[in-house]
Amino acid sequence: MAQSGSPAVSADGTRKHPDGSTRRDFLYLATTAFGATGAALTGWAFIDSMNPSADVLALASTEVNLAAVQPGMAITVTWRGKPVFVRSRTPEEIAKAKEDDTAGLPDPQPDAKRVQKPEWLVLLGVCTHLGCVPLGQKPTDARGDYGGWFCPCHGSHYDTSGRIRKGPAPKNLEVPPYAFTNDKTIKIG
Amino acid sequence: MAKYDYVPSAFRSNPIVKWVDHRLPIFELIDEQLIKYPAPRNLNYMWNFGSLAGICLVIMIVSGIFLAMNYQASTLHAFDSVERIMRDVNYGWLIRYIHMNGASMFFIVVYIHIIRGFYYGSYKAPREILWWLGIVIFLLMMATAFMGYVLPWGQMSFWGATVITNLFSAIPVVGQAIVTWLWGGFSVDNPTLNRFFALHYLMPFVIAGVVLLHLWALHVHGSNNPLGIDAKGPQDKVPFHPYYTVKDALGLGVFLIVFAYFVFFNPYMLGHPDNWIPANPLVTPAHIVPEWYFLPFYAILRAVPDKLGGVLLMFGSIAILFLLPWLDTSRVRSAKFRPAYRLFFWLFIAVCFVLGWAGGQPAEGPALLIGRIATILYFAHFLVFLPLLGWFEKPLPLPSSIAEPVLGGGKMAAAAAMEKA
Repeated sequence: MAQSGSPAVSADGTRKHPDGSTRRDFLYLATTAFGATGAALTGWAFIDSMNPSADVLALASTEVNLAAVQPGMAITVTWRGKPVFVRSRTPEEIAKAKEDDTAGLPDPQPDAKRVQKPEWLVLLGVCTHLGCVPLGQKPTDARGDYGGWFCPCHGSHYDTSGRIRKGPAPKNLEVPPYAFTNDKTIKIG
Repeated sequence: MAKYDYVPSAFRSNPIVKWVDHRLPIFELIDEQLIKYPAPRNLNYMWNFGSLAGICLVIMIVSGIFLAMNYQASTLHAFDSVERIMRDVNYGWLIRYIHMNGASMFFIVVYIHIIRGFYYGSYKAPREILWWLGIVIFLLMMATAFMGYVLPWGQMSFWGATVITNLFSAIPVVGQAIVTWLWGGFSVDNPTLNRFFALHYLMPFVIAGVVLLHLWALHVHGSNNPLGIDAKGPQDKVPFHPYYTVKDALGLGVFLIVFAYFVFFNPYMLGHPDNWIPANPLVTPAHIVPEWYFLPFYAILRAVPDKLGGVLLMFGSIAILFLLPWLDTSRVRSAKFRPAYRLFFWLFIAVCFVLGWAGGQPAEGPALLIGRIATILYFAHFLVFLPLLGWFEKPLPLPSSIAEPVLGGGKMAAAAAMEKA
């Protein structure tokens, strides 16, 4: 009576496909899949609500005026809630940084790759070890063995290019994305 | 627990399940109380609203927790933080619309659930404590909803908080001291907002606790049913799963469609535009009204031209529900077999709607008079009609069992009766 692939009616009245599945199995699966899809899509809205909101993203970039920063001076600005170090390097510091390109660096990177203009070094002021803010921005600060920055938490020493030289930190101080909007202004982020 | 013989579900013989059950019988609990749980075979769609109310509570708690992640309970920032949720937070508008309209949905569902209990006499012995716990949940819901409405710190929030907390000033002698204590100051202000937020966050979990007690009490004697007669044996019952899980799931689907209509197409239909004006302690809106679900009680409050009297009558309108199992003197549960009660039941429903309408009108003229008449009828229902109906009404003959109308009252019902004897 039943053609291949069409439902057959068994003794108890349920329609069964030759492979043994019933219409009810299909409805059960389809309903569950429909409900699960809806729940997952709704769940995404809730999860995404914890991502940065529009007002947080709107503050994701910071403009910094460098006109008043003289060679040898450093300023700290806030970008995305974190300190950014901007140092106006002296010719000696630049020379030292270039010279050390060939020294034994834990995280080798030439100075030229870390700056856009050699006199301006822009770094994220967050130690790559465990997130402390290194010393070295103020003239009175300890600057470590290499004249850059020194992290007081666990003793990481950074050089005049912000590269890790000694201590537990694994990486160089990160260079944030930035661009010179004119000679004396940078936009971070 | 309503014990009756059943075969445990297949998954119970899984060795891991057995290992866990031997130590913490959680699968046994699920199996006995949710899967094989025997429910009357004749439950109609009015019995969907209990589980729907539970789902509403979950929806409110989940959406509320996510709102709390962005809300700031400070008079300086509350209003703006809500606007930030609406404009800047990813899907913040959706979560807030779910929470706002979810409160209304929760009350609709719970009102239907309560009215179901009225119609089918679900409050009668042996379910009085189950009924009381339901009223406790309802009271906690009202407190939670009221405090939640204060949080956006709009004009309606502020003045609603002022008016409702001032209800307590009607208490003789200590009234003013209580109000000052509630406020944590001399007016509704930052300390009030802070504590309302803390309590608004706490209360749903208290509700969840009472819900567990409500379910516990429910599962002692099992659900009432549209016939209002006790189940006489296994032929009167079906396992909860799949019969009522599927029925509840269908109801949930319909409910979510209605809910989604409000959330996506008409989110402010049930709200009040004055709450877009930031709270101003120096100016009261011309016409302040509570949210729709409080309107009948608000009408009762205003019906009495006396401060303490109005407050007492308003709280009395809910307190009287605790006495309902004894005020209703009829032994017959379901209105199906009580023709006279049925009329008064519908009159009562109409009275509730009239009260709701009157509560939304300015307190003057015909609306006030109609509100007063409806208030009298509301209390007369409990204090006059129900006690008398039990004496004067001649109920229709009850079927001998739940299965009888279905199975024709033949051998099975008789056999069950024999078994009992």
